[in-house]
Amino acid sequence: MSEQRERRPADADHWLVRPKTIRILWWVFGAILALTVIGQVFVHVHGYFGIDEWIGFNAIYGFLTCVAMVVFAKLLGFVLKRPVDYYDVEPRLSPNPSEAHDDA
Amino acid sequence: MLEFVLPPAFLMMFGAVLLALSRPALRPLIALATPLVTLYFIWQVGDGVQQTVTFLGYEVQLVEGSNLRRLFATVFALMAFGGALFAFRQSKWWELSAALLYAAGAIGVSFAGDLIVMFLFWELMALFSTVVVWCGGTERARAAGIRYAIIHLLGGLILKIGIEGLMIQTGSIEIRALTLDDFNTWMIFIGVLINAAAPPVSAWLADAYPESSPMGGVFLSAFTTKTAVLSLILLFPGQPLLIWIGLYMVFYGIIYALLENDMRRILSYSIVNQVGFMVVGVGIGTELALNGAAAHAFTHIIYKALLFMSAGAVLYRTGESKCSNLGGLFRTMPLTATCGIIGALAISSFPFTSGFISKSMISSSAAGEQLALVWFLLVAASAGVFLHAGIKFPWFVFFQKDSGLRPKEAPWNMRLAMILFAVACIGLGVFPNLLYGLLPYPVDYVPYTADHVITQLQLLLFAGLAFFVLLPLMKRTDTVSLDVDWLWRRGLPWVMERSDRAITGLRNLTTGLAGTVGRLLYDLMREKPYRYFSSRSPMGQTAIWMAVLLAVVVLLAMT
Repeated sequence: MSEQRERRPADADHWLVRPKTIRILWWVFGAILALTVIGQVFVHVHGYFGIDEWIGFNAIYGFLTCVAMVVFAKLLGFVLKRPVDYYDVEPRLSPNPSEAHDDA
Repeated sequence: MLEFVLPPAFLMMFGAVLLALSRPALRPLIALATPLVTLYFIWQVGDGVQQTVTFLGYEVQLVEGSNLRRLFATVFALMAFGGALFAFRQSKWWELSAALLYAAGAIGVSFAGDLIVMFLFWELMALFSTVVVWCGGTERARAAGIRYAIIHLLGGLILKIGIEGLMIQTGSIEIRALTLDDFNTWMIFIGVLINAAAPPVSAWLADAYPESSPMGGVFLSAFTTKTAVLSLILLFPGQPLLIWIGLYMVFYGIIYALLENDMRRILSYSIVNQVGFMVVGVGIGTELALNGAAAHAFTHIIYKALLFMSAGAVLYRTGESKCSNLGGLFRTMPLTATCGIIGALAISSFPFTSGFISKSMISSSAAGEQLALVWFLLVAASAGVFLHAGIKFPWFVFFQKDSGLRPKEAPWNMRLAMILFAVACIGLGVFPNLLYGLLPYPVDYVPYTADHVITQLQLLLFAGLAFFVLLPLMKRTDTVSLDVDWLWRRGLPWVMERSDRAITGLRNLTTGLAGTVGRLLYDLMREKPYRYFSSRSPMGQTAIWMAVLLAVVVLLAMT
């Protein structure tokens, strides 16, 4: 948010970041995803435990476990995250008596 | 056995000292040549015990060779070369020298025939890796280096207790497979695991490594944890407890890397994650699993160094390592970005990269032993690796948003080192037999089958889909994540503050009390002095006693 720089370099509008390219990339990515699942129709997978032979097992398992990990990390973040200077504190010790008690 | 063998570790140490003493113009040459000459001597080490020396009255085995030991020493030497190439124009000479001594420690452990030699080189590594952390040069690096040193010296102490106990009780310090059946072996086990960044002290790694210099991180990523993996393979193969420790490390690395903002800290967490895979392999303990652990250590060192080089180049050029301040760097650092992506694909075990041929051996061995739960967790973790390192690192550093940063491409020596390691990542992935021929046991594992490739692609690409679908949940926050190191970074100071306050309170109470009582006595004395002193003991009495005393002294002196 705070990174809005004044100067706009000439390559800010690189072809790779144009919305049109990104849309195309999503379609290509989707097609490849579909291909990897459809490919399993033609390639017999030798599973170890049965369930891993199902068509698209790895796709669903990979997707769901990743969602689970991200959500878990997000929830854990509420407990574990601290400001970046959290550890940059000196221990607050009592004042040195030789400096503090010169009123006697 | 009588022919003279030069211990490769000594050669590396000699090079490091020479580098420190020589003229500045010669230093780059020495930094680059030392690892290569060492590599040659590593390959001259035959099988079995090659050299024994007498140390403190013990006959210790300085050099013992085997396939496994040569494999680790080889990758350590290659790593030292790649790191030196990456660093020699930018690092100060003391950083290069310390890094070579650190590598020498790792090579020394690789060839250590017994526990005494292993321990000595183990401490050499602890010492000079601390120096490499300190070469970060900042106040944070200084503090992190001290914490790092304390953990490793404590780990070394625990290891030493175990070694001494074993020596006294069994009389043998031979490096051999041990069973966890008494105090001594437990101590050795814990000592080694501390260096592997195992729980509960995994935090030391992500605490210290990211504080090093852009070049130092490359060296740090390689040696300490992987020598610990080698030691586990040699000392505790097939110890089932390691499976669960390894699985914890795998998921710890993923979750903490997902929470992290600093790019080199993300990579550090992913070291713990990758070492976790190796530790699981050692725990399974079959020939395939141990081969897998060794192979994965080899490929991991190369691609993790490549990732640290890529991140180091970005840090060197921008001075920035927070994902929230980076982004869009692919425009002006295309080669660094490409090499970073290759490293990221390799760590994710994409087909035709080095990670694919090594990590799959470990998960296959879990399936082969019918460890269903372990297998399913490892597969989920493989998807998670793509999530936290494979996409997250390149995405947030090189793409994401346009940060407005337009740094120059990395210097030529950094580029060369990155290209070299990127080629190695792909080369090992395309020609797996290059690596399989070096493994400790004969390999009949075939990584490239149609079904293996297609299931792996499915897994990884759908993990990628999950990343982009959940991108809003992954918005970077400028935070640190609490870990066990809270205990000594905040907990210990808290105890210190509290006990200081308690002691101060007690002191004030005592001085207050003493003051009151003292003042009371003093007042009494001052106001009525005659009642306490001279009134009861007249002056003359003292004079007489003094005279008697003097007489006695005179008499004694005369006789």
